[in-house]
Amino acid sequence: MEQHFIIMNTVTIPHVTIAKEILMDTLFLARLQFAFTSVFHFFFVPLTLGLSIFTAIMETAWVRTGNEKYRKLTQFWGKLFLINFAVGVVTGIVMEFQFGMNWSEYSRFVGDIFGVPLAIEALLAFFLESVFLGIWVFGWDRLPKALHAASIWLVAIGSNLSALWILVANSFMQSPVGYKMATDGSRAEMTDFAALLFNPYVWKQFPHVLAGGLVTGGFLVIAVSSWHLVKGSKDRSAFETSMKFGAVYAFIGTILVTLAGHTQMQDLIESQPMKVAAAEALWETENPASFSLFTVGNEKELKDVFAIRIPGMLSFLAYNSFEGEVKGIKDLQKEYELKYGPGNYIPSIITAYWSFRFMVGAGTLMLLVSIVALYKVMRESYTFSPLLGAIMFWSFLLPYIANSAGWILAEMGRQPWIVFGLLKTEDAVSPASVVSSGELLLSIAAFFIIYGLLTIVDVFLLKKYAAAGLEAAQ
Amino acid sequence: MDLQTIWFILVTVLFTGFFVLEGFDFGVGILHPFMSSDDRERRAVINTIGPFWDGNEVWLITAGGAMFAAFPEWYATLFSGFYPALLLMLVALIMRGVAFEFRSKHDNPAWRSFWDWSIFAGSAIPALLWGVALANFIRGVPIDQSMNYAGGFFNLLNPYALVCGLASLCIFTLHGAVFLTLKTTGILRERAMNLAKKVWAPATLLSLAFTIYTFIETDLFRRLGLNPGIIPVFSVLALLSVIVLLRRNASGWAFAMTAVAIAFSTVTIFMGLFPRVLVSSLNPEWSLTIYNSSSSDYTLGIMTIVAAIFVPIVLVYQGWSYWVFRQRVTPDSELEY
Repeated sequence: MEQHFIIMNTVTIPHVTIAKEILMDTLFLARLQFAFTSVFHFFFVPLTLGLSIFTAIMETAWVRTGNEKYRKLTQFWGKLFLINFAVGVVTGIVMEFQFGMNWSEYSRFVGDIFGVPLAIEALLAFFLESVFLGIWVFGWDRLPKALHAASIWLVAIGSNLSALWILVANSFMQSPVGYKMATDGSRAEMTDFAALLFNPYVWKQFPHVLAGGLVTGGFLVIAVSSWHLVKGSKDRSAFETSMKFGAVYAFIGTILVTLAGHTQMQDLIESQPMKVAAAEALWETENPASFSLFTVGNEKELKDVFAIRIPGMLSFLAYNSFEGEVKGIKDLQKEYELKYGPGNYIPSIITAYWSFRFMVGAGTLMLLVSIVALYKVMRESYTFSPLLGAIMFWSFLLPYIANSAGWILAEMGRQPWIVFGLLKTEDAVSPASVVSSGELLLSIAAFFIIYGLLTIVDVFLLKKYAAAGLEAAQ
Repeated sequence: MDLQTIWFILVTVLFTGFFVLEGFDFGVGILHPFMSSDDRERRAVINTIGPFWDGNEVWLITAGGAMFAAFPEWYATLFSGFYPALLLMLVALIMRGVAFEFRSKHDNPAWRSFWDWSIFAGSAIPALLWGVALANFIRGVPIDQSMNYAGGFFNLLNPYALVCGLASLCIFTLHGAVFLTLKTTGILRERAMNLAKKVWAPATLLSLAFTIYTFIETDLFRRLGLNPGIIPVFSVLALLSVIVLLRRNASGWAFAMTAVAIAFSTVTIFMGLFPRVLVSSLNPEWSLTIYNSSSSDYTLGIMTIVAAIFVPIVLVYQGWSYWVFRQRVTPDSELEY
């Protein structure tokens, strides 16, 4: 048997050998699984954040006005919320388990710090949203109206609180504060919980994610409402109302997400300059620094092949002034070598560069669409040309693009670090003797199949209930 | 009492809460295909746990979070070491979680049957695996000097652990059946009562077998002494009393007793572990204990304050949700789909 394998190996052609090496590489596989499961999880989270608040607003309107239209809208949006919520919850459990399963060295290194917000998230947020969601779904006839509306608000608060705590955890990876290294250097230990909670990075990132949720919810409401208005479904007046709320909601969300994103980028220039330089393909330190409109770069030699740049624009975005130094990739690499020892400290530039552009590009389009939507509803005009109807509908995809691209930038732009400056990703993975590449391949295959199934079912059900209109949701 | 001990107790409490609460909704998930002759009945059975199961599952998430925060080495060794088992558990919990939401959203027999069997398998697999896991905590698994798991998947599937797994599967099923006698009426309640009486015997026999096997296979009773104290004895007595109470039609008391049996068995296992959290079968010196796997005192202190404030609050509102939905569910009433 063994001999047979040896013979097989000697005759393998080179690219097959490479493929085989990749499949044996537990670090690569663990990263692949994390990327896949976390991006997938985050398809569902922002809609949960945004649509829970929107449903709560609808029900509050019902309680305050007594208008049945709002009750129907509450149940309609609530139904879509529930279908989406279920997948968000179950894919979230994977995230909590995955740190220990695939990243045991990471868990040992940061458990003292990172575990705390995770545990608090469960205790403060998950209980709140799960228990009150049960009460909300089954409690329509059992609770007074106001108490019933209060329970969906508690679900919304719980969901958004959970985002806060997970971002407290993530912010430690991005910008570690409030810790000291253990005397034997084996782990980071918390020294200041308040510093962890008031990490400036948290308070840049949390509004960004929160607003991202509002936008995701708002654009879905616009898409479904305008679809019904174009199609001339019954309940026209109700969908005009939800279009109005949705347009305002999406507009506010888009403004907030733009401001929050801008603030976060300014902060990144201080906390993670390499991420900014990579996102801009800024090879050399510049003052004033230019903003790249379009770059084709040579990542090996760290230079442009072709680039269109707006002079001074990056400095303006960074410092609100056309002057100010933004550090380039090469200088930062030298600086990090001095600080952290020899090594490559440059993340994948093509990933950082294009994820940033997808995020900002989608954001810009969202701003345009939400302005048009707001203009229409302010003029009380609820008729759409086929083109405008199609734009209003398909825009619901934009927040998904921006959310995913944003997280890819946040996580990939931090590489090679898993905890910035403290622990490299390559040192964080579970030892191959404990979690083998075979086990990883098995879990990746399992998640691919199940998540594929969930996608099909979720899209099918969302479509079905979105198209069925108000009566089906009663 | 040092902070490590406090957190060991808290993790025990979280797992106990998880088994007692999610235990009956696992049981209902396992039994629901055998409880109903049509879709309305089936929905009524599922709705007995509808408002609760998600909140019950958060006990597990919180237990996992607490392990990570308080005993990161335990969390890391366990989750990476028991990889295939946890993967299976994740798959089960994913399918089960979405099935509750998806099953009624489309009116097609094949669709419903697919999700109903997902609920069944998604309940039965974790009910079995948790028993297997706990037995392995106490029996010991190959853990090397650097706290890494050095065995494979099949190390976990030893006869002792399998007996414990079958015992937990049966006890959770019994717990669910008794819960159903509390929450249903008429023919559904009769069926639940019959199922409960049927499941009681294997659940009790397997638990006794597990207890005896534990004598032989582990140091639990050596550590607790031949007179192991009131908790393990009570857990056996509680289980024995269930059949008497069921025959007297005292569902409420029977449910209390299955809950006591589950809680006390869990506590017994954790007592037998203390101060260890994962026993190494290679060398007792390499076992993970609450001391060599814990976070710093500062972190444990912060977590203690957070838990002291929020655990009571959670208990109050989760308890209140049980009060809101205290009525029995019948197929004739309007059902939330």
